Amino acid sequence: MKMAEVEVKTHEYWRWPEYRRTVSEKDWRNAGIITAGVDIGSVGSKATIMVDGELYAYSVMRTGGVSEDTAIKVTTWALEGTGIEVGKLHYVVGTGYGRVNVPFAKKTITEIACHARGAHYIYGPTVRTVLDIGGQDCKAIRCDEKGKVVSFLMNDKCAAGTGRGLEVFADLISVPIQELGKVSLSVDQEPPPVSNTCVIFAKAESLALLRQGWAKEKVAAAYHAAMADRIVDLLTRVGIEKDFVITGGVAKNTGIVQRLERILRIKPLEPKMDPILAGALGAGLFAKALYEKEQGLR
Amino acid sequence: MITAGVDVGAKFAKVVILKDGQVSARAKALVGFDVLKSASDVFETALKDAGLSRGDIQRVVATGMGRNAVLQKPPINADEAVSEVVADAAGAFQVVPTVKTVIDVGAEEGRGIRVEGGRVKDFVINERCAAGAGTFVEAMARALEVKVEDMGPLSLKSTNTIPMNAQCCVFAESEVVSLIHSKISKEDVSKAIHDAIAGRISSMVLRVGVEKDVLLMGGVALNPGFRPPLEKELHTDIIVPEFPEFVSALGAAVIAANPAR
Repeated sequence: MKMAEVEVKTHEYWRWPEYRRTVSEKDWRNAGIITAGVDIGSVGSKATIMVDGELYAYSVMRTGGVSEDTAIKVTTWALEGTGIEVGKLHYVVGTGYGRVNVPFAKKTITEIACHARGAHYIYGPTVRTVLDIGGQDCKAIRCDEKGKVVSFLMNDKCAAGTGRGLEVFADLISVPIQELGKVSLSVDQEPPPVSNTCVIFAKAESLALLRQGWAKEKVAAAYHAAMADRIVDLLTRVGIEKDFVITGGVAKNTGIVQRLERILRIKPLEPKMDPILAGALGAGLFAKALYEKEQGLR
Repeated sequence: MITAGVDVGAKFAKVVILKDGQVSARAKALVGFDVLKSASDVFETALKDAGLSRGDIQRVVATGMGRNAVLQKPPINADEAVSEVVADAAGAFQVVPTVKTVIDVGAEEGRGIRVEGGRVKDFVINERCAAGAGTFVEAMARALEVKVEDMGPLSLKSTNTIPMNAQCCVFAESEVVSLIHSKISKEDVSKAIHDAIAGRISSMVLRVGVEKDVLLMGGVALNPGFRPPLEKELHTDIIVPEFPEFVSALGAAVIAANPAR
């Protein structure tokens, strides 16, 4: 009996690019309030710098082994080149899975509240259902016209239907994670989905299909369809009301988004900015409100 | 009477040849892509070991998730297929006649079965999540960078209890990596992994209740690190038979010998 040889990996297909941007032309020196929202997710960390409640700069990077280090790194990176120092931030709010590890945050707020608030900022007051698909969890959030949470459901015990599930799959079929969605849509006919209850089982099934001679594209379609089914189950339990939006890193995967659209027969609103920022944007906006309250400005 | 039991599992195929109630051969091998071929090769090995040919076997019963691949298909030509739960109960009774509770943990499934005289009274199965099965230990061994067969002995060297939060194989892998980063020893992490899987299996088994004697079978029973935390969780002694991974195939062979049961 021969056991499998140790795998030598030359590529890390799961590794998505890290980035930072300054998006505003304004001069922050003329501004009243500068805040930051720091979202330490299980897989990705995001920092937004908000000037008078508007996005000024941001950064997105992988969460490292020590959340505190990541929190410092992601915030300093967002500030890089802007001339703003950490000490100049009037108020910082931490959110996400590692929110208690943001050393300079005055307050922490759950990612549920932040995603609803951030979606309200990105998409406007008509948003009623926010689907956030992150690295290790998937949340369906119902909210009101002010971006306040009405109810929510969350899957946080199982990797099926999350970004981690996509990372595992990217490695399996050796396709960079950013291209997975597109690849999964390049089939003429949708194959039956693989099992959607467990990433390990879905991976094993996908491997068997590849060995049977299925093309990568077809296996990708079967895998994405399974993920979409799983996410729809969660959404239907919380109930969907228009307008519907998708946030989190997986919102960038067109294979998931288009399949959700097909099953639900609801078109999600087009994002006006990077949907991965929703949590950090919400935190930055809460930071502004908290600062105003603290200073007796409201 | 000579019969055979073929257990085509998620990972291994196992064959037991039974002659007048005595085991005359056992064989196992990994299941490859061609399930029928893998199972047939194991069957051939067992026949050779017993010095028999297919014509000498009066009846063959198949079990396991791949049982239908060998049912009435040459060269095995199994006469009948039975569910894993039924085969487990019959096999466990053959090994320990006083058995009342069977815990079977395979590569992809965990089962808890209440039995009486070799017959199934009640059962519970986890077939939806890899975290309660052998695959979990394999995935964690990869994350820890140790051989899977070293995991159990490693865990027995630790006396510390470190809780694992992750309920999912994929998340647990990341958690193991961060435990290693925070300088927790491989022994302690290994114990934490075994405690976690024992916790999952026991909460499943408790749904059907536990009554002595309790038998632990399936491939995971070969792992010496698994029984101690399971005994602790279930507050009972657990018997691990000599060939725990063959109990189900043995059960199938026993059923084959008693067609009128």
